[in-house]
Amino acid sequence: MRPAQVLRSIRWYLRELTGENQYAHYLRRHSAAHPQATPLSRREFERHRVDRADSHPGARCC
Amino acid sequence: MTATVTDRPPAGRSRPSLTTVLAWTAVALAGAVAWAMIALSRGENISAVWLVVAALGSYAIAYRFYAKFLVRRVLRVDDRRATPAERLDDGVDFQPTDRRVVLGHHFAAIAGAGPLVGPVLAAQMGYLPGTLWIIVGVIFAGAVQDMVILFFSIRRDGKSLGQMAREEIGPIGGAAALIAVFAIMIILLAVLALVVVNALARSPWGTFSIAMTIPIALFMGFYLRVIRPGRVVETSIVGVALLLLAIVGGGWVQDSGLAAAFTLSPQTLAICLVGYGFVASVLPVWMLLAPRDYLSTFMKIGTISLLAVGVVIAAPVLKADAVTSFASTGTGPVFAGKLFPFVFITIACGALSGFHALISSGTTPKMIQKESQVRLVGYGAMLMESFVAIMALVAACILEPGLYYAMNAPAGFLGATAESASSAVATLGFSITPQDLTAAAASVHEQTLVARSGGAPTLAVGMSEIFSSVVGGDALKAFWYHFAIMFEALFILTTVDAGTRVGRFMLQDTLGNIWRPLGRVSWKPGLWATSAAVVLAWGYFLYTGVTNPLGGINQLFPLFGIANQLLAAVALAVATTILVKSGRLKWAWVTGVPLAWDAAVTLTASYQKVFSADPRIGFFAQRERYADALDHGTLLAPAKNTGQMHAVITNSTVDGVLAAFFALLVIAVLANAALVCWRAIRSREQPASTETPFVESTLAAPAGLFPTAEERRELAHTAGRGDTP
Repeated sequence: MRPAQVLRSIRWYLRELTGENQYAHYLRRHSAAHPQATPLSRREFERHRVDRADSHPGARCC
Repeated sequence: MTATVTDRPPAGRSRPSLTTVLAWTAVALAGAVAWAMIALSRGENISAVWLVVAALGSYAIAYRFYAKFLVRRVLRVDDRRATPAERLDDGVDFQPTDRRVVLGHHFAAIAGAGPLVGPVLAAQMGYLPGTLWIIVGVIFAGAVQDMVILFFSIRRDGKSLGQMAREEIGPIGGAAALIAVFAIMIILLAVLALVVVNALARSPWGTFSIAMTIPIALFMGFYLRVIRPGRVVETSIVGVALLLLAIVGGGWVQDSGLAAAFTLSPQTLAICLVGYGFVASVLPVWMLLAPRDYLSTFMKIGTISLLAVGVVIAAPVLKADAVTSFASTGTGPVFAGKLFPFVFITIACGALSGFHALISSGTTPKMIQKESQVRLVGYGAMLMESFVAIMALVAACILEPGLYYAMNAPAGFLGATAESASSAVATLGFSITPQDLTAAAASVHEQTLVARSGGAPTLAVGMSEIFSSVVGGDALKAFWYHFAIMFEALFILTTVDAGTRVGRFMLQDTLGNIWRPLGRVSWKPGLWATSAAVVLAWGYFLYTGVTNPLGGINQLFPLFGIANQLLAAVALAVATTILVKSGRLKWAWVTGVPLAWDAAVTLTASYQKVFSADPRIGFFAQRERYADALDHGTLLAPAKNTGQMHAVITNSTVDGVLAAFFALLVIAVLANAALVCWRAIRSREQPASTETPFVESTLAAPAGLFPTAEERRELAHTAGRGDTP
């Protein structure tokens, strides 16, 4: 692998791991399922995503 | 094992090539040589690199052969079968996710302070028992449990351990699992908070750096919410930079007039932590928890990789004995009791951790694309966790034993000064001069290292030795020490916040059955009341731990270990029951043998903690000894007044009742599971399957970290949904 490729892979991995890519995934799903409707804006989407965690606590282990 | 793997080759699988055979032979040889070096060197110090090579060699063989055998023959994974992530994909809970990303998520969720703290305490028995159990335990018990529970949860739409226990074993098993989870959560939070208190007590540098993580996290949360929504990577990079600045800043604060404001007693710190735990757990997730989680994930992955590289480059020599006399006498100062069962109780997380079964049956099964990936995610992540434990053990064992005991024995035994600690350590048969002890503290810019129990400071001293011998020399020693303290405290605080929320959620769920409004997660008074209840529960144990003259870690860590291993017994009992009920009695040993071992360890430990006549081990013997002395009007060291005598009596009663309660829970679950298994074996027809029915998968994804040639062809053919670059 070339260095540029390595850097791109690391960037992709970090974005996937932290959920930064979730919005892109959402847009893809949305346009496939409801091509006519306007999707949520990034701001709205991220609010929904993080606020959902308030009622769905995830355990962290010891 | 090779025979069982190859005797039924699936269609299209070729014989291994000569290079593959040679490569695996080399791996096996390297591991064997390293084990021989560890086992055969007596009376001379060996290099830590041998531990690393033995661990990695054993993991590689176990992953390639044993895990593969489990996946193919015992679990019988089927990649034609759609996973819940594929079938129920809703883009929120269920989402097929790239295997490497799931591995990262799963590892971040299972790895915390446990594998760093347990092995450090277990170093009291020498490096050999710890190393053996961390490696053998993970291969045959811990990684097996994580993977098997993950697989069974995938086959049941991502059901939780509690649900599976109820459905497979019965209502008693289910209820016991639920109570166990709640109890372990409370003890876990108390012990972890105690580790932080002991690491920060009277250390203005550490206290300032950790306090700074709160404004840093708030800033990140605000930035992500308002300024640049969702840009997590850039925010985290800024956050980590600020964190490093906070560590450097701690050094300035220590030498400035502000130092007094950040020099806190253990009691004050305990109260601060309880307050923090309450506020953090009622604030919305975006403010504090989410940014903290990103920070601790980055710090965790970064520091652990640094440590691995550091150990290999620095190649430190182990100064601890292979096996100390405490292994057979059971009179060790860090925790009481003999090697069996207490070394296994103490190491807990790095070898077998019941808590992982909750993660394996939580979010992870809802993200997996292919059943065969359970080997990478379930087994592989646990091998990584075990490797973290090995490095923590290395960091503790490269210290001079005298320093190790001066740091880890209870304060009541060591006294407050370097002189008293030096002479106390001498009574154990080790030596460190008061000058060396003071110099060791000065080199990491701490006032004292005496009685800094809990594992974190010991690990931090070990890590600073390793790091500073690679980068920076003595000049950076203090920085690396506080870097290590920060790294541990950071994710302990994240666990405290997240754990309080999980505990509150369980409490709300249960109490909601009694009084409905309490079950509503959006009803603020209910939320505050249940949060306060959870915080006060662990806060109680934390405060008694901080003020206990016998040493909080000494008293509470065995309870935490027992609770964790009890949860593992529940998980392994569920797994064994499922194997038996699904007609796989001949493979039931895969989880049955680790279960038998774990039950023997946990029940022996509980028995000794409850019934031992030795007041150092048995909680009730300890209670009686102090109660008798109080009746006669005498004070028993290390208690200095009647108040402390009363504290010891109350604490040992509570701890003893808890230990007995935990043991009764595990006996109830095991008896119930045994009955269910016996009925299944006796009955002629197989019980109805509890798996979700088969649905054909349309997804293609590789099983392992690197796709095989065959998988590449399949991927090119079907164009998987993953977003691989």
